[in-house]
Amino acid sequence: MANEGRTVWSHRHLLGIEQLSAGDIESILTTASSFKEILGRPIRKVPTLRGMTVVNLFFESSTRTRISFELAEKRLSADMVNFSVSGSSVSKGETLLDTARNIEAMKIDMVVMRHSSPGAPHFLSRYLSSQIINAGDGAHEHPTQALLDLMTLRERYPTFKDLRVTLVGDIMHSRVAMSNILALKKMGARVAVCGPPTMIPRDIQRLGVNVTHSLREAIQHSDVLNVLRIQLERQQVGLFPSVREYHNVFGITRDKLSKAPKPLTIMHPGPMNRGVEIDSDVADGEHSVILEQVTNGVAVRMAVLYMLAGEGSELGKPIVT
Amino acid sequence: MEPRWTNASALWLKGARLVDPIPNLDEIGDLLLIDGKIAAIGKVDIAEFSGKTLDVSGKIIMPGLFDMHAHFREPGREDAETIETGCYAAIIGGYTGVAIMPNTAPAIDNVGIVRWVEERAQGLPVDVCPVAAVTKGREGKELTEMAELFGIGVKAFSDDGAPISSSRMMRLALEYSGMFGVTIIGHEEDKSLADGGVMHEGAVSTALGLTGIPGISDDIMVARDLILLQYIGGRFHVAHASTARSLDLIREAKSRGLAVTVEVTPHHLSMTDESVRSFHTSTKMNPPLRLEQDRKALLQGLKDGTIDVIATDHAPHSWEEKEREFDQAPFGIIGLETALSVVNTCVVEEGYLTWLEVARRMSRNPRRIMQQSEVALRKGEPANLVCFDPARSWTVSESDFGSKSKNSPYIGKTLKGRVVGVVRNRKTTMPIER
Repeated sequence: MANEGRTVWSHRHLLGIEQLSAGDIESILTTASSFKEILGRPIRKVPTLRGMTVVNLFFESSTRTRISFELAEKRLSADMVNFSVSGSSVSKGETLLDTARNIEAMKIDMVVMRHSSPGAPHFLSRYLSSQIINAGDGAHEHPTQALLDLMTLRERYPTFKDLRVTLVGDIMHSRVAMSNILALKKMGARVAVCGPPTMIPRDIQRLGVNVTHSLREAIQHSDVLNVLRIQLERQQVGLFPSVREYHNVFGITRDKLSKAPKPLTIMHPGPMNRGVEIDSDVADGEHSVILEQVTNGVAVRMAVLYMLAGEGSELGKPIVT
Repeated sequence: MEPRWTNASALWLKGARLVDPIPNLDEIGDLLLIDGKIAAIGKVDIAEFSGKTLDVSGKIIMPGLFDMHAHFREPGREDAETIETGCYAAIIGGYTGVAIMPNTAPAIDNVGIVRWVEERAQGLPVDVCPVAAVTKGREGKELTEMAELFGIGVKAFSDDGAPISSSRMMRLALEYSGMFGVTIIGHEEDKSLADGGVMHEGAVSTALGLTGIPGISDDIMVARDLILLQYIGGRFHVAHASTARSLDLIREAKSRGLAVTVEVTPHHLSMTDESVRSFHTSTKMNPPLRLEQDRKALLQGLKDGTIDVIATDHAPHSWEEKEREFDQAPFGIIGLETALSVVNTCVVEEGYLTWLEVARRMSRNPRRIMQQSEVALRKGEPANLVCFDPARSWTVSESDFGSKSKNSPYIGKTLKGRVVGVVRNRKTTMPIER
């Protein structure tokens, strides 16, 4: 962007994509590209965040997101601590607020937070003086996932304008879907969701997305499919009749994709259920960017950490290397 | 905050707008209160007066308000509210009578507990009318001993908060309660649709990733209960209506002459699901804040007379319980202290109700449904009134509440109009120099 050197990053927290402008997203992606270059060097570490302390506060189990954040923090030379509780803090009898305040009392700068309750980071941001990065709050948002998805798309497409992206699967319980919808819409893409009506949340069209229940139609009219994980326990509450039927109707197979007018880029936020929402030959196929997404995840998280640390400062200054 | 009472055994209130639907009164005049009774009303002309006088010109005086839907948490959760602190809240809000819901621990479901509650309320300046449970323990399985409860003065029954899911049980409740002409109050919710939800289901719940409670969960239950009411008879009152559709159903039932009444809360009249975007748990209640079109329909329902009562659903929760993750916090907000100000701001100022109609819906109708004695601004009646300054804007703060709990969505908000005080018998909370 022509004026990117003058964009001022003014966000204290990264609570969601909702609070970001298109310019903010563009700045993060540009910064992330510079960090990706660093990740390709023999020594993949810069002293940018030396002296800063980041706590990864994970109230919900996560492997890839936590490791991705950990690596991003380490690459930037931040001091980092992991705090993981399986289930919620309630099981220990301590409230979320007390847990967070106690950790903050140990003098820290940033909190990377995952929690099963939508709005939990927004709630904490009213009480903590630390900066907060939302690493997933229930079915609400997962902003760094959307940013890494956009970074991956930007590497393959010249512009987001009118790029046709369809999110396939359990939209209702997906923070990945919500953050992707918001980010893609802000960047001018055309977004659709495809899945069984029982897993499409009410009034989602109001967010400016198309809704279809026909995977065939989605494949016909998309450039990109972002395939969401199906949580198998959703079957137990009756949202779909069987894994077999789900795979038959909504599973991404080479056969179904062969009907596309041109090859579709295949994304998946992971972890995958191979043979359920996506077949192995698609996941590992030539148009899959699934592992590229993972690589970009580290770069995007480095960019977010870096930009939050420089809150209020002008962007475009060289990254210290 | 505890209301401050002063002696008012001889009090001359001058120049107020006197509003009372019972004698259909709406005029500027004086009130002379002697020994706890209205000695003169309208034009008061006495040569010598040794009592206190108070210029209340520009203020409105109405019969003391009655809230037919409050939770005082006693017995069981005295940390959140007691009958005494609930009455502080009531007085601050201009209420001199309150019906309290039986969702206590243990539930108010037998004569012993009703008597105990009444004992706890003895001597307080608010009439406290316990609503007893429809079913034992509010479990929806067996009727409470309604005849006995009616015998000691219970006039309404509700399993509030625990909707009666079984159609058969609701049928039995309407049949049995019909013997005594008492009212069944329904918390209308189809649990199979609503369970797990934490806010209104719609575009906002989708955007926030919060599980929704669809409006139709209320509508379906209202439809069922109106069908039962037509078949069985009895008296039925719909608690806290929140949807346009349920109101249409009630309007239609009333036009057919069914004995149904309905209440609405100040928060459903003043807020929508958009408020939840803040993730503040003071916007979490059940039924949830609905859409703007629902809010508009409720206002219209007040205006056209479909809605009989404005009730608070005052639901105190301790800070520890409420100040947490949105989906894990309990439902409910307090409302007694702010109700009349919210009604003035969002209903009267917006032209939906006159003051006469406000008095009907916040004092007369709820007392009538709860079969309480009339409170009127008439010569010879006991002094029981609220004085309200409609012009006074105020920003709500935590220190303005009488309740033990502070879970109000109006904290920090500016409301137009404020209760000046009440007079109850020989005492008043109005600011009068000693």
